[in-house]
Amino acid sequence: MCLAFSLFMPLLSLFLFSRDDRSAHEVSVDRSTMAEHILEDEEEGLEVTDEQKIGLATWFLLKSPPGEIQQVAKSIRGVLMDERLFDMAAKEAFPKYNMEQMIAIDLADHSGQVLLTKYGAIDVSQHLDPRTAQVAVIDHVKQVCTDVRPAADDELPSAFVEEHRASIDNELVKYVEEAFPKGNCAVYCTCGKDVESGGDEFELKAVISATKFSAQNFYSGSWRSVWKIQVNQELQTVEINGKINVIAHYFEEGNVQLETSSECSNSTLLQSPADTGVAVVNVIQYLESDYLGVLEESYSKVSDNSFKELRRKLPVTRTRFSWNNALQLSLSREITKELSLTR
Amino acid sequence: MQVGRLRMQAAEEGGRERERVKERETKRRDILFVRAGEHSEKHQRRIGVRVAMEAAMDLMRRMPPTQVDTALSSLLLLLPQYSSELLSRVDQPLQVAWDAECLKHYLLCDYNRDGDSYRSPWSCKYFPSLEDGAQPSDQLRKLEVEANEIFAIYRDQYYEGGISSVYLWEPEIGGGFAACFLIKKDGSEDGQGRRGLLQHGLWDAIHVLEVGEEDEGLAHYRLTSTVMLSFTTKDAPSVSFSLSGSITREMQADLSVAEGHLTNMGRMIEEMEGKLRNGLDQVYFGKTKEVVFTLREPLGSLTATSATGQSLQQVVMDDILRK
Repeated sequence: MCLAFSLFMPLLSLFLFSRDDRSAHEVSVDRSTMAEHILEDEEEGLEVTDEQKIGLATWFLLKSPPGEIQQVAKSIRGVLMDERLFDMAAKEAFPKYNMEQMIAIDLADHSGQVLLTKYGAIDVSQHLDPRTAQVAVIDHVKQVCTDVRPAADDELPSAFVEEHRASIDNELVKYVEEAFPKGNCAVYCTCGKDVESGGDEFELKAVISATKFSAQNFYSGSWRSVWKIQVNQELQTVEINGKINVIAHYFEEGNVQLETSSECSNSTLLQSPADTGVAVVNVIQYLESDYLGVLEESYSKVSDNSFKELRRKLPVTRTRFSWNNALQLSLSREITKELSLTR
Repeated sequence: MQVGRLRMQAAEEGGRERERVKERETKRRDILFVRAGEHSEKHQRRIGVRVAMEAAMDLMRRMPPTQVDTALSSLLLLLPQYSSELLSRVDQPLQVAWDAECLKHYLLCDYNRDGDSYRSPWSCKYFPSLEDGAQPSDQLRKLEVEANEIFAIYRDQYYEGGISSVYLWEPEIGGGFAACFLIKKDGSEDGQGRRGLLQHGLWDAIHVLEVGEEDEGLAHYRLTSTVMLSFTTKDAPSVSFSLSGSITREMQADLSVAEGHLTNMGRMIEEMEGKLRNGLDQVYFGKTKEVVFTLREPLGSLTATSATGQSLQQVVMDDILRK
């Protein structure tokens, strides 16, 4: 972007001349002549390569707030005015966005939903749903599932690992149903899927994803948590490390965004698969509730603390500013200050 | 006879006339057709402009407010032909410059720019220096000096620090004058945050005022204000919490000039800043909180919609029905 910016700097000064339009204000500016003026200048535009255009469009798509990528795609298409370039940008951005945002997609046979995550991705378009042992074929740009097939044996963990995975998944589903009105979750085996009882370590990832979007109420939001669960059979321990990301966007006559994240960890003892599942999800539930408490506290401090660092509600004098005699007041204050200094 | 001949003549002439009319009509139709063609093409290009600008503005209200700079420069590269409109419709965080004569910081905007230089409100000089840079009239400059002094006190009382600049100019169309009041505050612990609560904290306020000509002791004031802010708190060590946003509002008033333009403008700005701050704090930030707490409901606290709340409702209903 640095390069891009330096490229556009001379252009900026060129066009800034006409920025005085602002003082005359939008209403008084004749839109049609403005449009003509713009069109006349069309030939003078700076040349940007197709490669750069795709890069810029991809940037916008990846920065889409939760659930808003289709709307952003529509707008970037209107800006690009080139279907070929748009398709290339979309092909690059959508799979990345879908997996980063961990979006849920209805299975083609309507039997449920599959979460798109990098942990369940067999390749870009094939995504494993560990709960049903199915693989969903995904059209990323359309955000739909086009086909479902049963997972092959080598795509699934050993029976021993699966027992632990399924038990955690079971407990996680119960917790997500209670805490997330529109949540989805999955548990993947990300390391040591062929490990047997009494063998090496293995690693599971439990993910929770919840998205809300309402175009007519101008808001969207997402909660994503990824929990790395490391099972050490030798030490009989389970290490749990989590990262939670929360984004909220409110854009009615404005644009306001919340971005918050937390990293937390805890551990528990390895027990029977069923007991381990309960223990792990208890840890997750506890840490996530704790984080929500921190968020609540941060919000409660916004008004009186955080905001005050930028602008106070009332002046230091605790009365509205006296525009009439501000100068005299400040003058007399300075005199008293000087007097007190000399004293 | 005569009458008959005349009639015939008239008929003949009428026929010729009709032909001529027909000819003319065809020509006109051709012209009309050409014009319509031209028109529709132009019309379509105009629609193209509107669509592209609307699309660009839609992107601006969806991109993270902390990345306005990147988003805007990207749009300028993608839509170089609409640069002037983009720059006039998208507000950017304010840039700071140094007045080497008065040894004071000042803020940059398009209203104090001439070429690549920007006029300082303190020394009234351009940096980098410019021999024949545009200057306000003596009368406006006098008001500008006073406005900068008072606004700096106002800024200090509300912001406990920060940088402010006021620029006045005569608009190209109509009488009266226009003014731009700018404030920038870095409220981070490394900046001018008094309490050391913010890891990062920026506030930019842009107030553009158009003041109409005085008429029977009254003047019309039109204020357009934008506030852009972002902050990251340092409440908990493992938690990062950032809020950012920008909103623009307009306010108009007819006020008596008995107390002077400066007092009127100042009061409007003070009221507007209070409203914007309150709106961001209560409405906008409040809304993001609401979104978070509907995504993940606090467990333990029972709400009518939560799973626990609903199952409890069911139990109560069952109990009542049984009795």
